[in-house]
Amino acid sequence: MAAITRAEVEHLARLARLELTEGEIDHYAEQLSAIVDAVARVSEVTAQDIPPTSHPIPVTNTFRPDLVRPGVDRDEIAASAPAWEDDRFRVPRILGES
Amino acid sequence: MSGSTAVARVPFEQALESFEPVLGLETHVELGTASKMFCGCATEFGGSPNTQVCPTCLGLPGSLPVVNAVAVESTIRMGLALHCDIASWCRFARKNYFYPDMPKDYQISQYDEPLCFDGYLDVVVATDDGPREFRVEIERVHMEEDTGKLTHAGGDTGRIHGADYSLVDYNRAGIPLIEIVTKPIAGAGALAPLVARAYVTELRDLMRALGVSDVRMDQGSLRCDVNVSLAPAGAPWGTRSETKNVNSLRSVERAVRFEIERQAAVLTSGDRVIQETRHFHEDTGETTPGRSKEHAEDYRYFPEPDLVPVAPSEDWIEQLRSTLPEVPSARRARLRDEWGISDLEMQTLVNAEALELVEATIAAGVDQSAARKWWTGEFTRIANEQGVALEDLLITPAHITRVEALIADGSLTDKLARSVFEGVLAGEGDVDQVIAERGLVVVGDDSTLMSAIEQALADQPDIAEKIRGGKVQAAGAIVGAVMKATKGQADAAKVRALLLAHLGVEE
Amino acid sequence: MAPVMDSDLVRQSAATLSAAMQAGEVTSVQVTEACLARIDEVDDKVHAFLHVDREAALAMAAEIDTRRAAGEELGPLAGVPLALKDVFTMKGVPTTCGSRILEGWRPPYDSTVVERLRAAGVVILGKTNMDEFAMGSSTEHSGYGPTHNPWDLDRIPGGSGGGSSAALAAFEAPLAMGTDTGGSIRQPAAVTGTVGVKPTYGGVSRYGLVALASSLDQAGPCARTVLDAALLHEVIAGHDPLDSTSIDAPVPDVVAAARSGDVRGMRIGLVRELGGEGYQQGVQQRFDEAVAVLTDLGAEVVEVSCPNFEYALGAYYLILPAEASSNLARFDGMRYGLRAGDDGDASVEEVMSRTREAGFGAEVKRRIMLGTYSLSSGYYDAYYGQAQKVRTLIARDFATAFEQVDVLISPTTPTTAFRLGEKLDDPLAMYLNDIATIPVNLAGNCAMSVPVGLSPEDGLPVGLQIMAPALGDDRLYRVGSALEAALVDRWGHGLTEEVPAL
Repeated sequence: MAAITRAEVEHLARLARLELTEGEIDHYAEQLSAIVDAVARVSEVTAQDIPPTSHPIPVTNTFRPDLVRPGVDRDEIAASAPAWEDDRFRVPRILGES
Repeated sequence: MSGSTAVARVPFEQALESFEPVLGLETHVELGTASKMFCGCATEFGGSPNTQVCPTCLGLPGSLPVVNAVAVESTIRMGLALHCDIASWCRFARKNYFYPDMPKDYQISQYDEPLCFDGYLDVVVATDDGPREFRVEIERVHMEEDTGKLTHAGGDTGRIHGADYSLVDYNRAGIPLIEIVTKPIAGAGALAPLVARAYVTELRDLMRALGVSDVRMDQGSLRCDVNVSLAPAGAPWGTRSETKNVNSLRSVERAVRFEIERQAAVLTSGDRVIQETRHFHEDTGETTPGRSKEHAEDYRYFPEPDLVPVAPSEDWIEQLRSTLPEVPSARRARLRDEWGISDLEMQTLVNAEALELVEATIAAGVDQSAARKWWTGEFTRIANEQGVALEDLLITPAHITRVEALIADGSLTDKLARSVFEGVLAGEGDVDQVIAERGLVVVGDDSTLMSAIEQALADQPDIAEKIRGGKVQAAGAIVGAVMKATKGQADAAKVRALLLAHLGVEE
Repeated sequence: MAPVMDSDLVRQSAATLSAAMQAGEVTSVQVTEACLARIDEVDDKVHAFLHVDREAALAMAAEIDTRRAAGEELGPLAGVPLALKDVFTMKGVPTTCGSRILEGWRPPYDSTVVERLRAAGVVILGKTNMDEFAMGSSTEHSGYGPTHNPWDLDRIPGGSGGGSSAALAAFEAPLAMGTDTGGSIRQPAAVTGTVGVKPTYGGVSRYGLVALASSLDQAGPCARTVLDAALLHEVIAGHDPLDSTSIDAPVPDVVAAARSGDVRGMRIGLVRELGGEGYQQGVQQRFDEAVAVLTDLGAEVVEVSCPNFEYALGAYYLILPAEASSNLARFDGMRYGLRAGDDGDASVEEVMSRTREAGFGAEVKRRIMLGTYSLSSGYYDAYYGQAQKVRTLIARDFATAFEQVDVLISPTTPTTAFRLGEKLDDPLAMYLNDIATIPVNLAGNCAMSVPVGLSPEDGLPVGLQIMAPALGDDRLYRVGSALEAALVDRWGHGLTEEVPAL
């Protein structure tokens, strides 16, 4: 049984930047445990020498030439920005120091 | 916070009596491609913020990366120049973490499948016992993308600590970044700081020779993180610190030196060295701890599903191998032999960062000795005075060629030539314009000189007697007076010759 | 010529409409107006659409009419209206992916699919509802409320593309676009009695398709008939240099295959592991009847075994969340979309975390955490790494099967449309809806769902899934059209004619 604990959910929430409520932590711990148990069936496949598949279709070497092409207008991205100052995205203070 | 707060240090030589340093150097090279690593945005430095962006490098929902072919070529060439093996098949990987300068909150990089691996770079350091060669082994050379640029606002120092908020410019996000990681460098002992510096220098020169990047540490197209650990001789390697913000070759040397001294003090007092990231301060030559991280990062690397594997063919690799230029060390040896100069003289040129300039000047027709003299002498002095790099001075080989020609035909003396260069540097025009403007003409005509000599003799009557009496060196006073009278435009050697002839004295 | 009624217009197939427009019997503006009127009439009950762009649609229709009148040669779908799943970026048009975290976001660029639709003269009516970021099988996880199945408004229309399938079944549009990561086109098609296709992975560009799981996602055509789906497939498919994973090869001739409808001599494999226990009796019955039809049409049906399919669900729910957790990291409130909790004092970490907590729904949070878990240090090999190995085995099962047969078939879903709310509290029960559709996404080949009747127990649509090898998309259309023709012949009309009045 995988049993995802509260502490693990808190850890995952931190890694994934999700500010869960207390109730959510317990709720998800239970649900995630059930799901992980179900998906862990993949471990029943025990043969050692199976190569993993990361790309379903065997294509390699897709490149583009080193040419400049037009991007997006600054005005358009500014329009969608939650906060914008001095032609740049304004973001809250980093590092949590006051 | 910068500023020395009396960090405990054991003096360098003493530290090395008890400990052996092990180094690791990670350098990032920003490629000089026209477009970014995964999209067609321009890569020019200094553009107006957020004007060189597109859905891909902004990480907009739905955007996808496509690999820049020249970036792959450049990486393979760099790997070949570093004697690396080139992977026959490799993938990109996602390095997942959240930070506002990363539009996707993951960086496309390479993890356990770098494009190039297991190489080396030979470097030479000058010691009291002569030059010593070190082979720095290269672990890997891999491709990744650069992040956006953060400026911190609202605080006092413009540094991240104490800032109220930050502003992000994504022009730089997605520019190709090639990471070169050394294997641990052991056995350098007291030469460790010099080995580190020599390695970064040689790497930089190699990248320049390959033409893949500007590699300017002052502009961020070459970045270096320095890892240092200490351990007593024979003991297992110690815990290492990582130092960032090392922005010049000199800083590389100083950072290594400081870390050795600092860690020696830590270990000597019985404490343990903390594995941490530290920040180098240019003004004090010291490192201070970076933010301590409460939780270790887990990057959760996995193969990048939006990109397909890179599988360079043997043919392609060989074709790229044929484009490799002469490596810097070979070039230096060749030029040294061609110019007939010593290793020390060559080293002087390299240290002054004048080699290319001298080479260009010689190619323009100037004698090698004169070329070296000007660049490592007068111009280095001026560059240092002005606080600029030698290559940024507005002197060209053409200027030097002209000046040397004028010296050769007697139109200029060495002294006048310096004035000419002063004028050129001040933006007064080209050589001939400066000469005309400033009236820098050699006073070489005999009768003018003789009048000046006679005047000087008249002003200092006893000198003539002294000279005739055998004190030939007293002639200097007369020559000096004539030089003064002619505003330095007389040919001093000629004055001396005329004077002595006039007095009937032989040299 | 008798005047064409609006109600007749909305029930026509795209092919019929196109022919009528080419013959001058009707204009694109008329067709578009009819669809818009239908949307006004029924969408407050169905809730298929999140955004309807009346002006832009009519402007496009008018432009097509003008060009056609001027004698310009136009493509087969010029002037035909289409409903676009809200997961495709469309410049200047709200694109939410069914999530509150993107509420109000108007992309500054078009997806390649939208560019190709525009170039073909297709009239995009608006954006359809979906499970948030395509995570779900019922459209109940939309941040904007569920869509209702036109066959029974108390039931789910399937997911994640329930808005598109419902729009078709409600006759709001003759064509729709969907995306399929684990069945999100096929399962909604099955439960709404429509046609849905997941093309070969790499067959249709993903540029501008907001990513869920990059190695599984694929955009595909949705329609009421197989031919319509083929016509749409041809418009959207083909290599795109902006998508490194797109295939640089000619699009299989799907329209010709759809028109041929000839399955004589084809070998069809019935997948033993997909059917029987766990499948609703009525679903199995209609499926078996359809198999008999195929045999009658001259195909040879044999049973094949794909033993590793039983691990597909596990592998899928490890790979998808892993990739999704990474793909959705960019939604952090810094550059676009929702920003929550920025009170001037909070740190960037806090604002990111508050934003994602407020903007993401429960299913998305679950999968993000599951994905983070399966990739995390110490767990990678056992979970994500192992799932990728299972993926190889599933691809091998397909490869082996396709050595024996030309296509594989199965019921598309284990059940007909279930009731809204029925499976919301049990994520695992919800995941089981995809048990038959998932293997194809893992292997990257192609599949189609075609309606094969109404289940006798509940009168709800049943879908049959056809699976073909990578780049064998034409085989789907060949078999699908054959089956469709035979069944329509038997019924006297298309299945959607039996949708109850709304």
